[in-house]
Amino acid sequence: MTSSAAPPHPRATRPADRRIVGGVAAGLSDHLDVPVVWIRIGFVVASWFNAAGIIGYLLLWRFLPLASPDDTPGIASATRAGMRGAERTSAREIAQTVAIGAVGLGVFALISVLGGGVSSRLLIPVLVGALGVALIWRQLDDATWSSWLRQTRGAGYWARIAAGLGLMGLAAVYVISEGRGWNATLDLVAAVVVAVLGIGLILGPWIGSLWHDLESERRERIRSQERADMAAHLHDSVLQTLALLQKNASDPRTVATLARRQERELRSWLYGDETPGDGTAVRSLRTDAEDVETTHRVAVELVAVGDHPLSPDAVALLRAAREAMVNAAKHAGVERVDVYAEFAADRGEVFVRDRGAGFDPDTVADDRQGIRGSIMERMRRHGGEAAVKSTPGEGTEIVLTMPWDDPAEEDEDG
Amino acid sequence: MDELRVVVVDDHAMFRSGVRAELERVGAGRVRVVAEAEDVPSAVRVIADHRPDVVLLDVHMPGGGGPEVIARAPGATYLALSVSDAAEDVIGVIRAGARGYVTKNIAADELVDGIERVAAGDAVFSPRLAGFVLDAFAGTIAVAHVDEDLDRLTEREREVMRLIARGYAYKEVAKELFISIKTVETHVSNVLRKLQLSSRHELTRWASDRRLI
Repeated sequence: MTSSAAPPHPRATRPADRRIVGGVAAGLSDHLDVPVVWIRIGFVVASWFNAAGIIGYLLLWRFLPLASPDDTPGIASATRAGMRGAERTSAREIAQTVAIGAVGLGVFALISVLGGGVSSRLLIPVLVGALGVALIWRQLDDATWSSWLRQTRGAGYWARIAAGLGLMGLAAVYVISEGRGWNATLDLVAAVVVAVLGIGLILGPWIGSLWHDLESERRERIRSQERADMAAHLHDSVLQTLALLQKNASDPRTVATLARRQERELRSWLYGDETPGDGTAVRSLRTDAEDVETTHRVAVELVAVGDHPLSPDAVALLRAAREAMVNAAKHAGVERVDVYAEFAADRGEVFVRDRGAGFDPDTVADDRQGIRGSIMERMRRHGGEAAVKSTPGEGTEIVLTMPWDDPAEEDEDG
Repeated sequence: MDELRVVVVDDHAMFRSGVRAELERVGAGRVRVVAEAEDVPSAVRVIADHRPDVVLLDVHMPGGGGPEVIARAPGATYLALSVSDAAEDVIGVIRAGARGYVTKNIAADELVDGIERVAAGDAVFSPRLAGFVLDAFAGTIAVAHVDEDLDRLTEREREVMRLIARGYAYKEVAKELFISIKTVETHVSNVLRKLQLSSRHELTRWASDRRLI
């Protein structure tokens, strides 16, 4: 689901991948955090009173933007990770909706027969008209979703538009012909209103999508400007690095550090890094690794699997990991430290490994408080564990394990 | 062992000559660069002419990139060598048929090892590639998609991947798990096969996303 990454002022949208008719009910259900069935029943019940539910549904359909699945990087990434793969409209849900609609229609007809609500003379034309509009709009939705320009050609498209128009016309004819002899002026007004409404409803989405196109073009322009600014900044920093490299050409260690920092910056811009946002364990660990790299002039190769929010337990684990990286950088006497982190739902593990001098863990000097104090004690306080494997001459590996509560269990099952 | 004949395919001339120099220095007597190519058509031609034991293949290249070369010259053995370590690139080139993936800042002796390993029919996994594999095969997947054999790693394969992600060499993995290097190689080759053939949609998505960009 998308709720975890919601912006401060979430706008209701119609999820393109979970529509049955227009996606209004699914969108409202996401927005209001109410089961979608209740929303659908609400619309049907509201329809008994002068078709308010149908009108409300059509209006919301018109004004809620359609959200295609690739909207934000966060959602796209969740989809890639398979966290949204199963969210297709199921056959069961369609059947349920049809059933709700049928029951609602029956009650609606009953009310009409008993003389309450809308007269049966209006009921049928309204229903037929609504069906026509629904066909046309659904078609336009599909078109806007997958490059609507391409889809406006083709026989299927015109057939559906024609069907919609035909139904609209039928509704108008029905009103006019049925009403003859009752009240001629009212008929005329009704016919005109229906016609105007019909034209408005048919053209509305077109105007809307034109506007939507302008909007997305504007967004694209802003984005490309941002990209150009970023490229300028990067090229500037490459120039700086090159200047520094020339100045420090005699110091290989500095040259390597500078080159690595620049490489990292370019790489994250070109290929992006797979961390989804600020405030996650992986992002924090990556920043720490970069700090250690710059301060202690070693290469820190970080591989991370999974991710976790920065809970107190996770922060403790990350602090210990940082201490372990600093230790390795300072004492191992090697140019490269391997760090592997795995963040699962129930625990986090970090392995910090070097192939350096190594030491005998039993005889570690008291002045090297790093391992004992910062790492082991810190891990223990939060219910975790730290193990040191070291062989003199072969290197050291520090294994940090921190169990934590599975936040997904309280939140949602996805 | 005979000298292995290697073709270097990369669109950066500076990088090609760098690799050639490194391989001559470190891998003398073990590997020899017989030819170079700078784009997809020339790579296909050079591979057909020289029939090398191993092709060192860049991922990003004019004419369709590394996967295109593999598609048009499927008989050769490929080791992907790239600056990009984006998941889409790594998974894309592996699924196209490469036997391994290493980044360009790999140490020269490790590269020579990798070439020999690939030539012998084994797979070469860098820590980062192992991390991707663990990520891609992590968690639960929709039951409808499960192909028991291909869509999940065995416990042992996962252990091997985790050790490689931790920076262990195959030899060290073998020592840690009390198995032979040959067994480690078998596990890694199996993981490679799963990576190439699995229909897990995380994997296919990675590959197909790349084509959209």
